[in-house]
Amino acid sequence: MVILAIDTSAGTSVALVAHNGEVLATHDTLDTMRHAEVVGQAIMNVLADAGVSASEVTLVAGGVGPGPFTGLRVGLAAAVAFATARGIDLHPTVSHDAIARGWFEQQGSGDLTIGLRVVTDARRKEVYWSDYAGLTSGIPVRLTGPAVAKPDDLPPPVGEGSLNTVNAAAVSAIQLALVARAEQGSGITRAFQPLYLRSPDVTLSQGPKRVSS
Amino acid sequence: MSTLASALPEVTNRSNPLVLGIESSCDETGVGIVRGQQLLANVISSSMDEHARFGGVVPEVAARAHLEALAPTLAEAVATAGVRLSDIDAVAVACGPGLAGALMVGIGAAKALAVALNKPVYAVNHLVGHVGADVLGPEGPFELPAIALLVSGGHTSLLLVRSMVNDVELLGETIDDAAGEAFDKVARILGLPYPGGPEIDRAAAGGDPAAIRFPRGLTLPKDLAAHRYDFSFSGLKTAVARWVEIRRDAGDEIPVADVAASFREAVVDVLTAKAVAACVDLGVPRLLLGGGVTANQRLRQVAQERARTAGIDLRIPEFSLCTDNGAMIAALGAQLIMSGAKASPLDFGADSTLPATRIFVT
Ligand SMILES: [Zn+2]
Repeated sequence: MVILAIDTSAGTSVALVAHNGEVLATHDTLDTMRHAEVVGQAIMNVLADAGVSASEVTLVAGGVGPGPFTGLRVGLAAAVAFATARGIDLHPTVSHDAIARGWFEQQGSGDLTIGLRVVTDARRKEVYWSDYAGLTSGIPVRLTGPAVAKPDDLPPPVGEGSLNTVNAAAVSAIQLALVARAEQGSGITRAFQPLYLRSPDVTLSQGPKRVSS
Repeated sequence: MSTLASALPEVTNRSNPLVLGIESSCDETGVGIVRGQQLLANVISSSMDEHARFGGVVPEVAARAHLEALAPTLAEAVATAGVRLSDIDAVAVACGPGLAGALMVGIGAAKALAVALNKPVYAVNHLVGHVGADVLGPEGPFELPAIALLVSGGHTSLLLVRSMVNDVELLGETIDDAAGEAFDKVARILGLPYPGGPEIDRAAAGGDPAAIRFPRGLTLPKDLAAHRYDFSFSGLKTAVARWVEIRRDAGDEIPVADVAASFREAVVDVLTAKAVAACVDLGVPRLLLGGGVTANQRLRQVAQERARTAGIDLRIPEFSLCTDNGAMIAALGAQLIMSGAKASPLDFGADSTLPATRIFVT
């Protein structure tokens, strides 16, 4: 029983985690431009490092973001394809939840009640943000978000001890796998929905432009 | 415990490989499955309708649609082919030319599929894939060398194909708009919906193709010297716009059928004249058409007439193999495998301007 987690909402992070929570292997690339190049080798590396064959993977956790669109889709396409190839479930998992879980884990074990804001780069001088109230049964309790905003427009944080903010430049696929494992254990499922949080840049056709004066 | 390699194995079945191909270079998500030269499945999911209100393909809209369509398209192709994914010998994927963000969806999927199945992946050229589609037709592979005219909303290219696995030469291509784009833009000028190709075709019915003499791009002697096999459709589009504006400003009724027929005639004339000239100049009496614009009835008709007159064998695959599709990518992958080509290294990315001469990534 092994979870393969793939997240490309920041860099490319891939991990293999056993269903008992034991981390078997992880492979991280911080480069935020080369997801398509590295994702295949990253999956191969974690399988090889862990000595696990693809047929032993029983669940895929795919990071649904939020994150810059082009890169985000590479990991999700890989997650969809791997799950399809092996005939196993894909558990769409919020990338900010993985960041939050990693932070809570550093604060202590078991359930926690601590306010936390997770902030990641959304490019175009904006940030993606989510607010959490703590950790319950290994699952970060998200109160607000993920959403996108200009840093100056962020509302005051809510929750307890609300001064905690983590500005993350990376997402750990290990934590993503652990969130997915906890959510599966609690019967939580989520629709496959990439968190783009922005509409595509398009201009509606105004009819053809004049060419003669 | 099994031994685990750090690289994917090469194909062992070189005579009749079962190949799954993924295409996502523009607005069609295609998954095709072939066994050697036999077509088993060709499933296409198009996001064309989502682009209609924008009057052209919006890259981000196309890329989002690819990811949404991926799982159902894969599942339908496997079901149609009646195979198990574990039986696949190799995965092939288009890695360019095309829209980078769209291509990356197919690439991410192809790599994970390959690793999950422990099978190799071939990163192939989308344009040469259009040539590869031909081997799947009922008439069998076209004799080579051949000239290939590949026309769609994303590309307009003229190739000399001596071998689709190791010898493709780019003779010419559009220096501005693709032919399909010109159809879309002129449709807008005439107030017709997107996509323009079928709309112009419909509007042109009953129109006089000789009513208005629109310019033929890059056909004057001075242009031919430098651009013998290149195309240009931007000036034509502007000429149509100007012609229409002058009449509209004067309060005249626009003879839509005549404008559509005359515009279409200009496009078809240039495409077929240059393709036939390449056949004649190079002594290659075989012409292969590919790409979505081959659906155009007038293009087929004129190509047939001119090929017959010049003693050229003309090949037009059936439409589902002409438009962007995964079967053509799988077919090219199978040809490469049967020729003994090694799989692509796993670190390839999308190359939006991949030249036609790079048939696959080595
Ligand atoms: Zn094409």
